Amino acid sequence: MQLEYFLLVAAALFCIGIYGLVTSRNVIRVLMSIELMLNAVNLNLLAFSNYLDPVGIDGQVFAVFVISIAAAEAAVGLAIVLSIYRNRDTVDMEQYNLLKW
Amino acid sequence: MALNAPVGVPWYIRLSENHASHRPIVYQEFSTVTLAEGVQLVAFGILTAMTLGGALGVVLLENIVYSAFLLGGVFTSMSGLYILLNAGFVAAAQVLVYVGAVNVLILFGIMLVNKEQPFAPIKREWVGKVAAGGVCAGLFALLTVSTLNTPWAISSEVASGDMATVIIGIHFFTDYLLPFELASVLLLIALIGAIVLARREFIPDVAPGEPESEALQLPERPRELVSSVSSSDADS
Repeated sequence: MQLEYFLLVAAALFCIGIYGLVTSRNVIRVLMSIELMLNAVNLNLLAFSNYLDPVGIDGQVFAVFVISIAAAEAAVGLAIVLSIYRNRDTVDMEQYNLLKW
Repeated sequence: MALNAPVGVPWYIRLSENHASHRPIVYQEFSTVTLAEGVQLVAFGILTAMTLGGALGVVLLENIVYSAFLLGGVFTSMSGLYILLNAGFVAAAQVLVYVGAVNVLILFGIMLVNKEQPFAPIKREWVGKVAAGGVCAGLFALLTVSTLNTPWAISSEVASGDMATVIIGIHFFTDYLLPFELASVLLLIALIGAIVLARREFIPDVAPGEPESEALQLPERPRELVSSVSSSDADS
């Protein structure tokens, strides 16, 4: 097992997340893509922690922080989605032009 | 850490020193992932296929409910990858927080806002998709090249294995104490903020004697119907 395998998997997952973030029209799917990207970052942190710093494992501490912040982000994001849905009655990202000039 | 110990010994080994024998705990006594190389490789292959296939399904499938369940599969197989990386605590936290909380929250969000509507087609949508796909492929190629060409300083020390939970706890209460407390404050802020954002702000008054129209009894969006008909016209 090598470090590069995990890094490549994380890179692929991150790129899939970016693609979903940019092209999705359903706002819930955008939130899911963000979660995918955060998971890719976690995998990177844990891979570096295991292969470069296996005794100190600072990377695992960072990963726990990332997980907790991702939970907060999902809660606030879904609350915002609910609020906009009440106002706009749609989940289409193309219709969300509230802050567009 | 101002402990008098030989230079080069990490402080958490000094902290966990066995006082009876004055002998540091040897981490090799604790189990790391001790599977054979081939088993690890096969497990890595299966978990990678599940992760990437599930992620593609999350992004590409039409039905959003399927996407949400596939997202749970992605999170679970990611925790398997974490176990392969000797991170048992993070794997457990991943299952608890992501599969148990975030994924369920997303499913609830889908149920709450699930609206079967065909999205209005926009002109030249495929251009955006092709451009995004090209950018993502290019980014992946860039990351691949830089990953494979970097001389990583692979450590030869034995991983801490099951001691990882103890070491994470020591980190949390010594050198990462401030971020730890800030994370708890952040979670409290997110909790309150989500409640404030998601709850309905007012319940429309009904003039006495006037029969309440059916639209006002609908569970969602009474606001525009009551107070701001003109503004909603302006919006659309």
